[in-house]
Amino acid sequence: MGTPVTLVKDSPLDTRKTRSAAPAALKRRGRRENLAGYLFMSPWIAGFVLLTAGPMVASLYFAFTDYNLFNTPKWVGLDNFTRMFDDPRWQKSVEVTAKYVVIGTPLKLLLALGVALLLAQSRRGQAFYRAAFYAPSLIGASVSVAFVWRSIFSDDAIVDRTMSVFGIHVGGWVGNPDWILYCLVALTVWQFGAPMVIFLAGLKQVPKELHEAAAMDGAGAFRRFWNITLPMISPVLFFNVLLETIHSFQIFASAYVVSNTYCGPADATLVYTCYLYQQGFKNAQMGYASAMAWMLLLAVALVTAVLFWSQKKWVHYEEDAR
Amino acid sequence: MSTTTTTVRRPLGGPGRRRAGSLAWHLGALLVLAVVLYPVLWVIGASFKPSKDIINSLQLFPVHPILDNFKGLAKGIADIAIWTFFQNSLLYAVGAVVGILISCSLTAYAFARIRFAGRNLLFSLMIGTLLLPYHVLLIPQYVMFQKMQLINTYVPLLLGKYLATEAFFVFLMVQFMRSLPKELDEAARIDGCGHLRTYWSIVLPLCRPALITSAIFTFINAWNDFMGPLIYLNDPGKYTVSLGMMMFRDSDGVAANYGGMIAMSLVALLPVLLFFLAFQRYLIDGMATSGLKG
Repeated sequence: MGTPVTLVKDSPLDTRKTRSAAPAALKRRGRRENLAGYLFMSPWIAGFVLLTAGPMVASLYFAFTDYNLFNTPKWVGLDNFTRMFDDPRWQKSVEVTAKYVVIGTPLKLLLALGVALLLAQSRRGQAFYRAAFYAPSLIGASVSVAFVWRSIFSDDAIVDRTMSVFGIHVGGWVGNPDWILYCLVALTVWQFGAPMVIFLAGLKQVPKELHEAAAMDGAGAFRRFWNITLPMISPVLFFNVLLETIHSFQIFASAYVVSNTYCGPADATLVYTCYLYQQGFKNAQMGYASAMAWMLLLAVALVTAVLFWSQKKWVHYEEDAR
Repeated sequence: MSTTTTTVRRPLGGPGRRRAGSLAWHLGALLVLAVVLYPVLWVIGASFKPSKDIINSLQLFPVHPILDNFKGLAKGIADIAIWTFFQNSLLYAVGAVVGILISCSLTAYAFARIRFAGRNLLFSLMIGTLLLPYHVLLIPQYVMFQKMQLINTYVPLLLGKYLATEAFFVFLMVQFMRSLPKELDEAARIDGCGHLRTYWSIVLPLCRPALITSAIFTFINAWNDFMGPLIYLNDPGKYTVSLGMMMFRDSDGVAANYGGMIAMSLVALLPVLLFFLAFQRYLIDGMATSGLKG
C-alpha cells in the first residue's frame, strides 16, 4: 500500500465545506474528481447541448416565425399561436387526442391494476402469466401489430362478427369515423402489461399483516382493498398515471398505421402529433409545427403539474419505506 | 366485534375450497390471457392462409395451411429484397445498442460514483429530459440534420444514442450503480486504480443485469421505431423493416397484398418475440424497478 488515501466525502456539499481548510493534496484531488466527472459525462453534455437544449431554443424561436426550411425564418410574433385557435383541424386534433387520453389511459390502468391484483395472489404459473401479459407492451409498438389490428377490426373480420352476435353492427371499425378511434384505444389498452408489472411490484410491498389485522377486525375484501391496498400502492399508481398520460399524449405510429397515412377517415384519428407531422414534414410549415410542439409541451407540463399538485391529497408515502 | 367470531372468517377454508379457488383463479387468468394473446395467434394463423381468407375466415388456424405468403415475400417488394429491410433494421438496432451501452454507462458512472461540482444540478437536468416530449426537439433537429446534409443517413437516428440522450437508460444504470457498495471503489483506489479502470474492471462487470436490460430494450425500441425512420429516411433501399412494411399498402391503408403483408408482419415480429422469450426476466424486472417502457 502506497500513499495514505483520502476518502471522497459523501456529498458535494461536504467537500466544499472542507475545501478551505483542506491541504493542497485534497484540493488537487477535488479538482481531479471534477475533471474526471466532466470527462465521463462529456457524451451526455454534448448530447444535452446539441440535441436537447440547443434544439429547444431553436424550436422556441421557430414558433414565432414563418419558416418553410428553405427561406430564412421570418418573425411573425404570436401569429402561429393565434392561427391554431382558428384552425379547425388543430381543434379536431386536440379533441381527438383528449378523447384518446381520457378514455384510453384510465381503462388501461384499470385493467393493469385488475390483472395485477389477480396475479398478486401466489399461485402456480405466476411467472408465466406475468410474462405473457407483458408481451403486448413490447410488440404493441411495432408496425406489425398495427397492421394486425387493422385487419382484426376490418369489415366482416372477427371483432365485427363477434359484435354482430350481440346485435351491434359497426361494420369495419377502421373505415368508420365514429369507431376508428376506439380501435386505437383498444390497442393501447391491450398493452396494459407494462403498468401491470409496476403495479405488481407495488403490491408485493404491501405488508400481509395489515390485511390480516383488518380481516380480524372484520373488514371485507373491498374495504381492505380501498383502505389498505390502494393507499399503500398510491405512489406506484401515481407513477403509472403520470407515465401513461404523458405517453398517450404523444401517440403517433399506431394512428398513422391503423388509420391511413393522413390519419383519416374524416380526420377521425388526427392525433396531435399526426397533425404536427403533417404541418411540419408534409406542408413544410416548420414555424407552425414548432408552435404546435410548444403547445404540446405546455399541455404535458400542465398535466404533470396538476398531477404533482394533486398527489399531496391522495398519494401516501410511508416514512419507513423511503 | 369479538375476535372469536372473526377467526372463522379467515380466508383459508378447507382444502376443497382452496382447490376450487385455485381453479377459478386459473380459469380467470386463462380467459384474460386468451383475449390478450389472440392477436398474436391470429397473425401466426393468418400468415398461412390464402389472401382472400385472411379477413373473413373465422378459423384461427387454416385447415389447409399454405406457404405462398412467405414464398411471395422472398421475391421482395418494389424490386427491394426483404432482406435489405432486415439488414437496415439490424444495423440501426445494433448500432443503437452499442451507443447506449457506452455513452449511458459512462454518464451513469459519473453520476453514481464520482463527486464532482454541479453533479446534482446536472442530474436534475437529466431527469427533466425524461418528461420532455420528443416533438419539441423534432423540428429543430430535423433542420439541423438537413443543413448538415445528413438526411437519408443513419446518423440522425443513431447520434443521440452515442450521446446518452436517452435518459431512461442513464437513470436505470445510475440506480444500479448506486446500489453497489462504496467500499469497492475505495479498495480499487487503494490498489491504484483510476476512475477509468474502476469503471471498466469493477463497476461495469457488476452492472451486467442493468446493461443487459438496457441493451434489450434499446434493440427492441430501435427495431420498433417508426417515426425516426419515417422522417429521416427517404430512399426505399435504406428503409428499416417498419418503413418497408408500409410499402404493402397504399395511402388509403388498403393492402394490395394481404397475404404478403401479414407474412411480413409475422417475420418482422419474430426478432422482438425471440428477444422477449429469451430475456423476459430481465425485461420485466427492469420494467418493474425503473418504469421503463417498451
